[in-house]
This record gives sequence, C-alpha cells and structure tokens, in this order.
Amino acid sequence: MRVDPRVEQRVVGALLWSMTVVTVAVLVFIIAFVLKKGLPAVDWGFLVENPVDMGKGGGIFSTIIGTIVLTAGAILVATPLGVGTAIFLTEYTWEGPVTRIIRFGAECLAGIPSIIFGLFGFILFVTKLKFGWSILSGSLTLAFMILPTIIRTSEEAIKSVPPGFRTVSFSLGSTKWQMVTRVVLPSALPGIVTGIVLSVGRSIGETAAVIFTAGSALRIPASLFSSSRTMSVHFYILAREGISMTNAYGTAAVLIVAILGINILTYYLMHRFIRKYS
Amino acid sequence: MKSDMKGRGRNKLERTDRLVRLSLLVVAFSAVSTLAVITIFMFEQGAPIMFKYGLRSFLAGSDWYPTEKIFGLWPMIVGSLYVTLGAMVIGVPFGLACAVVLTEFSSRPVRRVIKPVIELLAGIPSVVYGFIGVVILVPFIRENLGGPGLSVLAASIILGIMILPTIISISVDSIQAIPLSYREGSVALGATKWQTVKMVLLPAARSGIIASVILGMGRAIGETMAVIMIAGNAASVPRSVLDPVRTLTSNIALEMGYASGEHRQALFATGVILFIIIMILNTVANVTSSRMKGSKG
Repeated sequence: MRVDPRVEQRVVGALLWSMTVVTVAVLVFIIAFVLKKGLPAVDWGFLVENPVDMGKGGGIFSTIIGTIVLTAGAILVATPLGVGTAIFLTEYTWEGPVTRIIRFGAECLAGIPSIIFGLFGFILFVTKLKFGWSILSGSLTLAFMILPTIIRTSEEAIKSVPPGFRTVSFSLGSTKWQMVTRVVLPSALPGIVTGIVLSVGRSIGETAAVIFTAGSALRIPASLFSSSRTMSVHFYILAREGISMTNAYGTAAVLIVAILGINILTYYLMHRFIRKYS
Repeated sequence: MKSDMKGRGRNKLERTDRLVRLSLLVVAFSAVSTLAVITIFMFEQGAPIMFKYGLRSFLAGSDWYPTEKIFGLWPMIVGSLYVTLGAMVIGVPFGLACAVVLTEFSSRPVRRVIKPVIELLAGIPSVVYGFIGVVILVPFIRENLGGPGLSVLAASIILGIMILPTIISISVDSIQAIPLSYREGSVALGATKWQTVKMVLLPAARSGIIASVILGMGRAIGETMAVIMIAGNAASVPRSVLDPVRTLTSNIALEMGYASGEHRQALFATGVILFIIIMILNTVANVTSSRMKGSKG
C-alpha cells in the first residue's frame, strides 16, 4: 500500500519533532535536577570555607582555587601555542603538505580521549620530568588537551577578517608581522577570546586527565609543585565514595552554574563577533 | 644620511619578520609533536608487555587478574564495543532527528532557542552525566527491569545522550552546506518537505553525517568518568544488557591509582589498544569529511 506523501510528511514531522522535544527536555531536566538538589546546599560559607573531614563537612573553597589555578595555567600555555599556530596557518604559509600535516595533527589530538591525556601527562610530567602530582603537571596536560580547540577557533576568527584589511596595511608599507599584530589580531580578537572561553569551560569540567596529573590533595596549593584538587575531581570523589551526597550535589550545582555562565558568555561573544563581519 | 637610517630600520623590521616566521613555524608544529610524543610514550610503556605475554593472550584472553599476572583484555574490548554500539542506537536516531528538525522543519525563532540549548549539552561535565546516571537511571533500571542497575543499558543511554552534541552539530553543518537550489529543485518537482529530506538532502549530506557518527563513536569509546560511575565495572563479558560491564577506559582509570610494575604496563597496553581504535576512527572521519569538502569545492 502506498502512503499518501502528505500523510507521511505529517507523521514523520510529528515523530522528528517529538524526538527533538525529548532531547531538549532531557537536557533541561538534567540541569534543573542538579540545580534543584544542589543549590540549597550552596551558601556563602560553602564557597569560602575549606573542606573538612575529606569533604564530609565544610565548603569547597580550596577546590575552587585549585580549579582556577589549573585552568589559568592551561590557558597561559595553550593560548600562545594555539594562536601562533593559527597565525602561521592563515598568514605565513600556503595550503600544502605542511598545513595538511599540522591540521591532521590538530584534528587527531582533538579526538584523543582525556584518559589517554591523563596517562601521557602521568608518564611525562609526573614521573619522567619529576614534577610529581602537581599544578604544573595538570596545567601542562590540560594545555595540550585544549590546544586543538584554540587552534581551530583562532583560525576561523583570523580567516574571517576581510582580506581588504591586509591589503590596506601592506599598502601603507607595513611588514607582515606589523600587519598581523596591528590589524589582523585586533580584528580577530573577539573570535579568539571565544575559543579561549570555550576551553576554560572544558578545563573546568575535565576529570580523567586531571586526577592522574594534579592529584587530589585537599589543601590550598602553595606552589606550582603542590598537588591540588579541582571541583570536578572533588565532586567525583564525593559521589563515588559516598562521602557526602549533600556536598556532592552542592559542588555539582556550582560546577553547572560556572559552566552555564561560561557557555552563555561564549555565545554572546560569538554573536557579537559574527554580527561585526556580516 | 636620513634615508640610509630608514633603510637600516626597514632591514631590521624585515629581519624580525623572518625571525617571526621561523618561530611561528616551530610553534605551529606543537600539536603535531604532542601527538607524536603521546604516540611514542603510549607504545613505549604499553607495547613491551603485550609482546612479552603474547599479543593473542592479551587481546583474546578472557581473564583479568592483574595481581596474578593474568592480563586478558577481551572482556574490556567487548565491553567498550557493547556500550558504544548501544550509545549509537540511542544517539544516532535522536541526533539526526534534531539535525533535520533544526535545519528543515523549524522556523528561525524556534531554531534560535533550541540550538543554543543543545549546544549547552556539550558543556556539561562528564562526571555530572555519570552522577545523573547513578541517582536516577540506575535505580530505575534496577527496580523496573531487574539486575544490579549498573549495566550496559545504563551506560549506553548516558553515552547516547553525551554524543548528541557531536552528532547534531556536525550533521547540521553538513545539511546547511547543501545549496538552496537542491531544495528548490525538489520542491518544484512536487516533493513534500520530508521527501526532500529523505531523497535529496540526506543523501547529499551523507559524508558529513557519516563523519559525525564516527566522531560520536570516538567520543563514546573514549569516555571514562561517566562510564565508571554507571557501568558496574565487572571484568567479565556481559551476557545481557542488564549485566555490568567494564570498558577499556574504565579499566585504566580504576586501577591506575594503585598499579605498579607489570600491572601498570598492562594498563598502558590497554591505553595502546584504545589509542589505535581512536586513531582509526579519527582517520576514517577525517577522510570522509575531507571528501565532503572536496566534492563541494
């Protein structure tokens, strides 16, 4: 029997729409659930007090500091490398075998699971270079993990700067580097910042790569060589070892709020950037 | 005299320019060299023990008693395969449905709301997904379907949700890249919207969609923390979807904390196998998506 195409259109349309609604509902549910259970546990004290008794009591202050320091370290290392790569790919070379190798490397790196980064960081930074479980090992591992994101977003941002800008700069007698630093980078800055903010979000949420490189010490880190625990790792340990469900929910809520805030900021920056050039 | 000064200044600038180019070239190889170093370290740490105990017993051995030096990875290989396939069964239909609705079946304002919401999915940390699995999904499965709850099924569902953003965003991009004239031609021939999607758009966007599915697979195989929390982690081949399962990634993460000597090497060997699977998937996705660009260009 042949189905009337118009009926088929209706049926399939309804089916696809309901699947989309289910997807969106699941997402909204996850976020709402965590916030509803977690936010009551979060007050000022929870944010500014250190964990007591392995996290059974107290707040999460030292893990917030750990997260910030580790993320900042990763961004500081990855940004020059990523933006430099993007400048080279777009301004200083032409499409050929070299760019193909660089792009292939970046794409493969983007697909490598975080647990492999964890193993790699553990062997190279923690044992071979003897940094131990430390902020330094964790930051470097995270830096290489977010490098592909920064390369890709910076490249897109630099590519979207109109070619006319470059022509004008050259016609005024500038060298290539002057053109890059004074014309291209300032114009591409919002796009580059978007990539960085996106990477901050990824670093905050990362667990597998961090737990084997930065360790899980609950103290506030004293130096680059001291071990530290991030919010994600703290949440994982609280939940998995059943130390305190209330504090686990609270930590999860803080994590979700931080990441939602970062994503909304990214979205806002991206839209401003797109509007500027279209 | 003055013009000479200028000339020298100019020379200096050009020298800086050459220097900058050289240093950028070095920087640009950072990603490739990281990849190379990771590859070397993984194989250096993991390969010797595989050959010492024999590749065959390593890959096909079904017992994992690391303290007694029995290293069989078969249950973990099968486990990773099961949960990944399960994630595909759930993630691919929902992901493609969302992609089609977002590109063809919705109006602009609706799209403006749904798309960012779905993109937020990608930002939720994997530990939070795992946690949701533990507190909601696992008890639900235990009470309604039986078994311990920590199972292939639970892991598949959570992973299926986690790979949605990957599948949706790449599929949306490849469907949007199809020229408008394809749609106009199809509609002009009297096709309905769904017929256009089914017979024109999906075939035209095929390589991009395949790439999105492969990359989603890569994400599912590589996911660690969420799976540890909900899969039960028993190192044996599961007999039903309600049985607990251990994946390659959880095998590494569970035991890395206390492993030493040959046990640690065996975990790196697990990493090597995972690494090889991921690199194959990446290369396939890379080739398919570059073919897509080639055929459009």
